[in-house]
Amino acid sequence: DSDPVGFDSLDLNERRGRSTDAELDRRDGTRTSEALTPAAAARDEFQEELVIRPLHSGDIYASFQFRTLWDTDFLQEGQKVSHYRLFPKSLGQVLSKFSVRELHISFTQGFWRTMQWGQPFIPSPPGAELWVWFHDTVSDVDGNWKELTNVLSGIFCASLNFIDLTNTVQPSASFKPLGLGNATDHRFLRYATLPREIVCTENLTPWKKLLPCGSKAGLAVLLKSEKLFHSSFHSQAVHIRPVCQDEQCTSKAWELRQTLNVVFDLYTAGQGKKEWSLFKMFSRTLTEACPLATSSKVYVDITDNPELFELSPATPLLSQAVVLGDRRTYSVYDLSRAETFGQLRSLNLLLRWKGDGEMLRPLLHAERYVAGFGLQTGEIHTVIYNNHPYRAFPVLLMDSVPWYLQLYIHTLTVTSKSRDNKPSYIHYQPAKDRHRPHLLEMLIQLPPHSMTEVTVQFERALLKWTEYTPDPNHGFYVGSSVVSALVPSMVAMNTNFTQDQPLFSSFVPVKEESSYFVRVYTEPLLVNLPTPDFSMPYNVICLTCTVVAVGYGSFYNLLTRTFQVDEPSLPLAKRLANLIRRIRGVPLLT
Amino acid sequence: MAAPLTLLLIVAVTIRAVLFRSSWAELISERVEVVSPLNAWKRVVEGLALLDLGVSPYSGDVFHEVSLSLIHFLFKSILGSDGITAVALYLSIQTYNKNVFRKQKYALESDRYPADCLELLRSPKEMFYIPLKVAMFYLLNPFTILSCVAKSTCGLNNAIIALFILCTLKGSALLSGILLALATYQSIYPLTLFAPALLFFLQRLYIPVNLRRSSFWFFTLQYAFIYVGSLVVITGLSFFLLGSWDFIPSVYGFIFSVPDLTPNIGLFWYFFAEMFEHFRLFFICVFQINVFFYTIPLSIKLKEHPVFLIFMQIAIISIFKSYPTVGDVALYMAFLPAWSHLYRFLRNIFLVSCVLLACSALFPVLWHLWIYAGSANSNFYYAITLLFNFGQILLVSDYFYAYLRREHHLTHGLYLKKKDGTEATLVLK
Repeated sequence: DSDPVGFDSLDLNERRGRSTDAELDRRDGTRTSEALTPAAAARDEFQEELVIRPLHSGDIYASFQFRTLWDTDFLQEGQKVSHYRLFPKSLGQVLSKFSVRELHISFTQGFWRTMQWGQPFIPSPPGAELWVWFHDTVSDVDGNWKELTNVLSGIFCASLNFIDLTNTVQPSASFKPLGLGNATDHRFLRYATLPREIVCTENLTPWKKLLPCGSKAGLAVLLKSEKLFHSSFHSQAVHIRPVCQDEQCTSKAWELRQTLNVVFDLYTAGQGKKEWSLFKMFSRTLTEACPLATSSKVYVDITDNPELFELSPATPLLSQAVVLGDRRTYSVYDLSRAETFGQLRSLNLLLRWKGDGEMLRPLLHAERYVAGFGLQTGEIHTVIYNNHPYRAFPVLLMDSVPWYLQLYIHTLTVTSKSRDNKPSYIHYQPAKDRHRPHLLEMLIQLPPHSMTEVTVQFERALLKWTEYTPDPNHGFYVGSSVVSALVPSMVAMNTNFTQDQPLFSSFVPVKEESSYFVRVYTEPLLVNLPTPDFSMPYNVICLTCTVVAVGYGSFYNLLTRTFQVDEPSLPLAKRLANLIRRIRGVPLLT
Repeated sequence: MAAPLTLLLIVAVTIRAVLFRSSWAELISERVEVVSPLNAWKRVVEGLALLDLGVSPYSGDVFHEVSLSLIHFLFKSILGSDGITAVALYLSIQTYNKNVFRKQKYALESDRYPADCLELLRSPKEMFYIPLKVAMFYLLNPFTILSCVAKSTCGLNNAIIALFILCTLKGSALLSGILLALATYQSIYPLTLFAPALLFFLQRLYIPVNLRRSSFWFFTLQYAFIYVGSLVVITGLSFFLLGSWDFIPSVYGFIFSVPDLTPNIGLFWYFFAEMFEHFRLFFICVFQINVFFYTIPLSIKLKEHPVFLIFMQIAIISIFKSYPTVGDVALYMAFLPAWSHLYRFLRNIFLVSCVLLACSALFPVLWHLWIYAGSANSNFYYAITLLFNFGQILLVSDYFYAYLRREHHLTHGLYLKKKDGTEATLVLK
């Protein structure tokens, strides 16, 4: 089959000589039988990189990517894999047990501010997000999905078990596979978000354990939770997908990418001084590369250097890459070379700001909010901005609204520049109470340099008292909308993949030269629902049953009794006397 | 009597048209007392929009109407259904009065009434304006006006039931069966009106209500066949219209299992919002049986008086159904002028009218306080719901008491004396 994407194809025989697989036997797989099949064995590969991008507001954005390639023929049925070297066994077992073809899970704390920080390398919505493509051999996708979420919840110490059919959707167009294969049957796709999920050290620790070197060597030593969570934005993700081993795609491999994006704030973490160093950001410096890694690099975005900031220590290596439609220049620090660490044998990058600069406005940006007052109805407004001066492009908007906000699709309006803008494709699946949420996907053409507003009205439902969370007046979260688009690029993108392409530019497959793929997540919404009084179940049951009983009683009386003249009854003394008289056989009193 | 009725219709249409054009129409169509998830117009529009998008209207949980109505709505004249109901009620009460007067005349001639209860007898003069009053009570009732301005499909249901009553009273079993099937098809509860209609026809055809007689079973089976047959035909037609049986769980399953807990004027919503999950099925069954349960006992007690039985059944349906609205209440309230001769035996009428008036005024106030102002909570609205239903139950049982008492007096005399000759009081024993 044709392979539109060709990923990094490193010469493996060359790399194998440098890897130290004989020494580090961390995984509980058996030792690879290198003597028997030298060509087939030990083709796992690990690369790590860190990209540091200074932002114009004085904040700094650090993006870690750890990529493990696992060469195994996963498409063969019934082949039990017990060979784990660099690829974590827990994830490998998950993949084979649930017949997963692609898995993307992210945990995010904070909201990515596109207007201030630009586009992230790997976008993610606040909270937890999980989307999975299953193999088309799976017969019970829902059963697999349920078990998968529970297993992942155990692996990542997150409460993913809250994902069930009431917040899972099957998007028809928005989440196409990022790896090999051209699946179009979205019955095998499942997507769910938990906007309420909180990320903390408990989630970071198992995430770090999945890395081949753990947090003991390489770039992962920088991942210290007390600094990472003291940031404006923190997102850790795991992306697993099938890729080609080489350009000709003769064999396939699993790719596991673990990404961690963090934005450190100028004022909370940076103490107001526009000066960042690795030590200031992570309270550690780099001392060595991960011995298992075939490449370990740090990229610093110096496109704005020297006007904006200065970088030390200097490095002779430079790299240029076209990423997110822009040509950027990077200084490269190759950690596999000893001279990178200098005399102190530790690398502490220092960036010192010299001035303020103008940021390029991102071309696509979206916001969302709830309008209306009271607890009966409301309106969801999604605003999408197209900041391109002269090009219009279509975007795919996907909204997944929980069932207790009943959407009225006949109130859907899409306006651009105060004129009606009818979407060319609408896929709407209405919610079923307590079974599935609403799914609305629309293809909207955005005119150039405009603001498009999508509004839809909803009604708030009253739930059963057991369906509220323990803090019902906090409100209910509605997951972020997803805006996916192919944005026209200012610079021609490279559709061919070379060997030394950095990881951050090869995450999303580039299929055409003139545009790049962007996914923007909006804010999650917090909506209040009317609540019953939680202290009153017994009272309500008693009172309602009383009213029904009053009805029953009155009808019963009128149906079973007849009218009679009311004869007064004898007083008690006379009745007792009558009783005695009856016994004696004497005539009764009246 | 055509002229006053026409004038009444014109006035009613004018009021509705004025309200319809004003800004109040939007407000009224959102009120939970007036529209329920079963009959809101907004949901009909939503169902049509879903059909346009190529999605079945029953795939979501927003549309709960039956599909024949879907077509009908496109041509439904909203203001017209009220007029149809009023005219139908007018004609049926006219027919009923004629029947009553004729029966009374025969009973008088055969000396069936005791001497002192002549003042209880009804004269044509007093009965002359009753049909007009019934039409007026329906058309000018604020509940009806609100329901009409909100374009609730309750008006359509009321029209079908009123036409059913007219056909029954006119003696056409076929039409009556078909219309009852249509009413049952739209919302299941009019099923209980089968018994009073059957009793009326048996009475009209002079067939004694005796379970051992073959003539009874013969007619009953005929009528049941007409009814069940039309129901099956109508259901089959809607299957062919939408191509699937989706509408059965979506409409009838919805009515019976009460999944939607939107507040309304009924007793179900808060009860099932606060119900322990373990007992939910049990109480759903209890509450639904409660609606159908009074049919047999009432039919046994009121087998000589089928029209009053119809009134009682409609009232019980309106009070105890799963999603009541004020439009349902307005239908049985329209009958009250027909029982105006019972006024002297009503015990609680003042209390009941005060309760109902006060509750009607308090509903919007407490809703606003709960949903918009946030200073009250759901208990306030629930309390008014309880009181409103209690007032309705009291009203219905009061009229039942008065009816039974008048019947008792007509057989035993008006001024009753005890054994010692003093004035007696009547009690239920």
